[in-house]
Amino acid sequence: MQSRTKRTCLFAIVLAVGVSLCSHWFNRYYLGVAIDIAINIILAVSLNLINGHTGQFSLGHAGFMAVGGYTAAKFSLLVQPHLPPWLQPVVFILGLALGGALAALAGLAVGVPTLRLRGDYLAIVTLGFGEIIRVILQNTDFFGAATGLTGIPNWTSFGWAWSLAAVTVFVIASLVNSTYGRGFIAVHDDEVAAGASGINPVRYKVTAFCIGSFFAGIAGGLYAHHKSFLSPTGFDFMKSIDIVVMVILGGMGRTAGVIVAAILLTILPELLRGFADYRMIIYSLLIIGLMLARPQGLFAFGKAAAK
Amino acid sequence: MNEFLQQLVNGLALGAIYALIALGYTMVYGVLRFINFAHGDVFMLGAFAGYFLSPVVNRFLPAQSYLGGTLVLLLAMLLCAGLGMLIEFLAYRPLRQRPKLTVLITAIGVSLFIEYTCQHKYVFGAAPKKFPDLIPTETWRFGGLVLSSNQLLVFVTSLLLLGALRFVVQKTRMGMAMRAVSFNEQAAALMGVNINSVISFTFGLGSALAAAGGILFAMNYASIEPLMGVQMGLKAFIAAVFGGIGNIPGAALGGIILGIIETFAGGIPGLSNYRDGIAFAILILMLLFKPAGLLGKAQVEKV
Repeated sequence: MQSRTKRTCLFAIVLAVGVSLCSHWFNRYYLGVAIDIAINIILAVSLNLINGHTGQFSLGHAGFMAVGGYTAAKFSLLVQPHLPPWLQPVVFILGLALGGALAALAGLAVGVPTLRLRGDYLAIVTLGFGEIIRVILQNTDFFGAATGLTGIPNWTSFGWAWSLAAVTVFVIASLVNSTYGRGFIAVHDDEVAAGASGINPVRYKVTAFCIGSFFAGIAGGLYAHHKSFLSPTGFDFMKSIDIVVMVILGGMGRTAGVIVAAILLTILPELLRGFADYRMIIYSLLIIGLMLARPQGLFAFGKAAAK
Repeated sequence: MNEFLQQLVNGLALGAIYALIALGYTMVYGVLRFINFAHGDVFMLGAFAGYFLSPVVNRFLPAQSYLGGTLVLLLAMLLCAGLGMLIEFLAYRPLRQRPKLTVLITAIGVSLFIEYTCQHKYVFGAAPKKFPDLIPTETWRFGGLVLSSNQLLVFVTSLLLLGALRFVVQKTRMGMAMRAVSFNEQAAALMGVNINSVISFTFGLGSALAAAGGILFAMNYASIEPLMGVQMGLKAFIAAVFGGIGNIPGAALGGIILGIIETFAGGIPGLSNYRDGIAFAILILMLLFKPAGLLGKAQVEKV
């Protein structure tokens, strides 16, 4: 199992870089959508670790993404002019890692105090955290305040985005399937029983928050270098909801389903561009209908659905 | 000193509106144990109901009269009560036995549905609208202190509604049933309480209060738009948690305190930009140090 996932991951990276080398043959619009898909896969799969596998309902994923995005973008903007162009990939990687690390720190900062909360309380606190991040960004001149950051170098290529998506899926899938990772699922299934069997629910929850936020930060960095522009309004409550819906649609705790859902929910709005007025109405009806008819997720087959 | 009093008056006016919305959250949480995310949107719909009802009422009653204003308020409350019950019936009732998270996500879906439907150009449109003056407006000055008739109206109406709510919850059969369901749903059902009608009534009551809050808010701030309920709803929810969720006097107290804190913070130069974040910071601090809220009792979780 393990070596097969590793091979698939390596193959995906090679494929992504290969396609990326011929990217000038492709239509720029489709290429952009493809990169969006990869970023959304990272976001959805990382949120799935928190919401799905560990069962901690978080509504603040966009906040972590914002932390990573702004950090990486600011890093590139500050460092890039002083270094020769051939160092650009190093700067990019460093920026992404820094963004991820800071997002993970933010995850730690949110995770530690909120562990005591469950269900809807946790949802509200994480939502509040996302809003606080947005308000802070909106008022900090260093990060461009309300106008946002502009002129971020356009470094996110097809290869970078899809390779990192493959790495994210690989890391999270292997983590959850490892002996250690069973703890996440145990905490999800029954916190009290997990605690009684010697698993420290607090530690697992914080770990899930940190790892999930780390990848959200990476996705934020990719997003920043893909759009070349960041504004606080791009990371509001709606963005968090978008990611949550991907996880729900795919089925909580089902990595493959979540990936399919991320792809679908990125392409769908593009197809519905002509019906922009109705797009969000359809979207909200989709959420309600899904919860009424198939709460375990659209793509949750196989394993008996979680109770 | 004058400035202090002025901020206090403004804070109380805002807080009273928070309190009216917070009551809906806390009552629904009391009987169903879930956060009705769409409650802030009912508040918005209440304001819009007032906007559209006011010309209708003015056809047979003189514009800007106390009688007409009261009639608009009551009709809007009635309309939103029906709407709240409809939302409960269509979206939440089928999910009664499902996990709480499913219901929460549905509530987010309902909230988004109302917001985006109302923003559509054939419904209300996204542009802000000017709310008509329902009653004759006056401003009184006491030294440097400015008090508008609308602010006074907010205090009086909220107090009346809170009194009415207290009467309904404490003195009527339905109120007793509500308290019973909130205390123990299964036991209440065994005693012959009709759970469905109690929950429906709770939604209606909460939505009516939210509608009243919406109209009072619109009269004070003069402009309404389909997304006005988002921030107000979140903050009113925070007020409910602050006072102790499920606790009716707590929600009112929490709303008023939150309104005052926000208004005072808005007056401090360095802090005013962070006004929207303050409520959330208060929420996080509250949940850290006294998760049960100001008036709530800590509950022991039994395994």
